[in-house]
Amino acid sequence: MRIAVLVKEVPDTWGKRTLNLESGLAERASGDRVLDEIAERSIEVALDYAENDADTEVILVSMGPDYAAATLRKGLAMGAHSAIHIVDDGLRGADLSLTAEVLAEAIRRLECDLVIAGNLSTDGVAGVLPAMVSEHLGVPQLSYLSSVSISATSVSGVRSTEAGTLELSADLPVVVSVTEAMPDGRLPSFKGIMAAKKKPFDVWTLSDLGIDPESGDSGRSIITAVSERPPRGAGVKVVDEGDGGVKLATFLKDNKLV
Amino acid sequence: MTEFGPQPVLVLLEVDQTGELSSSAAGLLGGAAEVGTPVALVISGDADVAKSAGKLGAEVVLHVRSAGSLEDAADAVDSAVERVSPDVIMIPNSIEGRDIAGRVAARRKLALAVDCVGISRDEEGILAHHSVYGGAYNTTSAAHHGALVMTVRQGAIEARASQAAGSVVTLEVTPGKAPRPNRGAFHPAVVSSTRPELRGASVVVSGGRGLGSREKFELVESLADTLGAAVGASRAAVDSGFADHSLQVGQTGVSVSPQLYVALGISGAIQHLAGMQTAKVIVAINKDESAPIFDIADFGVVGDVFEVVPQLLEALDGKAG
Repeated sequence: MRIAVLVKEVPDTWGKRTLNLESGLAERASGDRVLDEIAERSIEVALDYAENDADTEVILVSMGPDYAAATLRKGLAMGAHSAIHIVDDGLRGADLSLTAEVLAEAIRRLECDLVIAGNLSTDGVAGVLPAMVSEHLGVPQLSYLSSVSISATSVSGVRSTEAGTLELSADLPVVVSVTEAMPDGRLPSFKGIMAAKKKPFDVWTLSDLGIDPESGDSGRSIITAVSERPPRGAGVKVVDEGDGGVKLATFLKDNKLV
Repeated sequence: MTEFGPQPVLVLLEVDQTGELSSSAAGLLGGAAEVGTPVALVISGDADVAKSAGKLGAEVVLHVRSAGSLEDAADAVDSAVERVSPDVIMIPNSIEGRDIAGRVAARRKLALAVDCVGISRDEEGILAHHSVYGGAYNTTSAAHHGALVMTVRQGAIEARASQAAGSVVTLEVTPGKAPRPNRGAFHPAVVSSTRPELRGASVVVSGGRGLGSREKFELVESLADTLGAAVGASRAAVDSGFADHSLQVGQTGVSVSPQLYVALGISGAIQHLAGMQTAKVIVAINKDESAPIFDIADFGVVGDVFEVVPQLLEALDGKAG
């Protein structure tokens, strides 16, 4: 089986994340950058199956700037077999529609049986790409899964939402998206880190994929304005001296919040 | 001018677990009315539910009796777009809404704007407003050409439309080509009938690791019930098993923008703040006076939640009585 895992380098949520106030694009080069946690969980789902099936190949697929390569290596160190990194100046500021077209075309060329993605990234938090990729590929999607079971011919899983839980299944090929209810990704071992340096790592461009972002066939979302919200200041802070609850009640009443 | 009025705006309205229109419906129609003529799409076996969209501002309601899957729902939206030719399609930014919006945008090659908190129109067309990186930035986006598909953060749009005709029209849905997964057993979640939904709630009371255990987390629920609030939790509380995952507020959980946010025993990690710092008023109680939550709280009490909250409950009851 060939499993493509969609992964992404994101700004570390624990650090300060900035937008360029001219372009409205993320300042990806500034601050700490990490492999998205939900991507690590997706890789873990693939590796968990691959460990028991020597014929399974786990391929990381990522679209992003060239400097994200080091982050993708972490996924290889975890145990993925190879990586496809799609890098092109024409993808700077790519919107969701273009991103989905590019990822779907890469997956089509890789002839994968199963695509695993996180339900939404930590930085974009769009949560729409797996459905878009599924629509482009014309294969069924099992989305928002909190548990996944993979067999040689099919995938099943449980979708847990506020409404309840639903059991879903489909024969391969399938696109799956998983939530953070899935187990954490494994830590790379020293051996894994050394092995990652020798694993296949291919860089593809838009022309390799035959995609022209300027073709005008598809609507594109563009950023028209960006501004930084003034930081929220601290208000009143009182130390409880046996009357904290009363003071808080007074604050809520005075501000007509109760 | 079309049969649907000038500048029709297609709005997908969700139906909640009780079968009524979801609480997000009023905001979506309110936003739609500011930029054009709201045309609602309602998927419900009950025609009266479709009709009720008129009260919230829908001029026309396209009615589809049932959609067994998200793929069916996407087909319904697709058919509605074909029929109405709107220049914007508004869909709730729910788990289901995101899948539907992604499918429709990919299928029709339309631009997609996600997690919008507002909508406006200028001379060039529709603008979508976003609040990103947990409210640190405001951005505006638009479709370069063609209609814009947008997912709208529930509860974010405060505008409300006045009552409109709400003429119900049955929509014929053309089935799409997307293959469907096989659907097995569905187990509905146990719904707390009295508490509002976290998403879109006007008051939220959240608890963190400071609550200490699942039993003691009841304190959060008591305060929520007194304030008529939804219950939330920090990731630390969810990971410790104090609260269900569906209640998680933050970067990787639900984003909320209530009128009042009460944080109990929550230190205020950046990931949590990202999901709630756009609240109008933030109140926090925490033992640790250096907890980051106090940096953004309008009113903070340094103290033990198990002493401060019972006293607060008593003081509020006094007011009610």
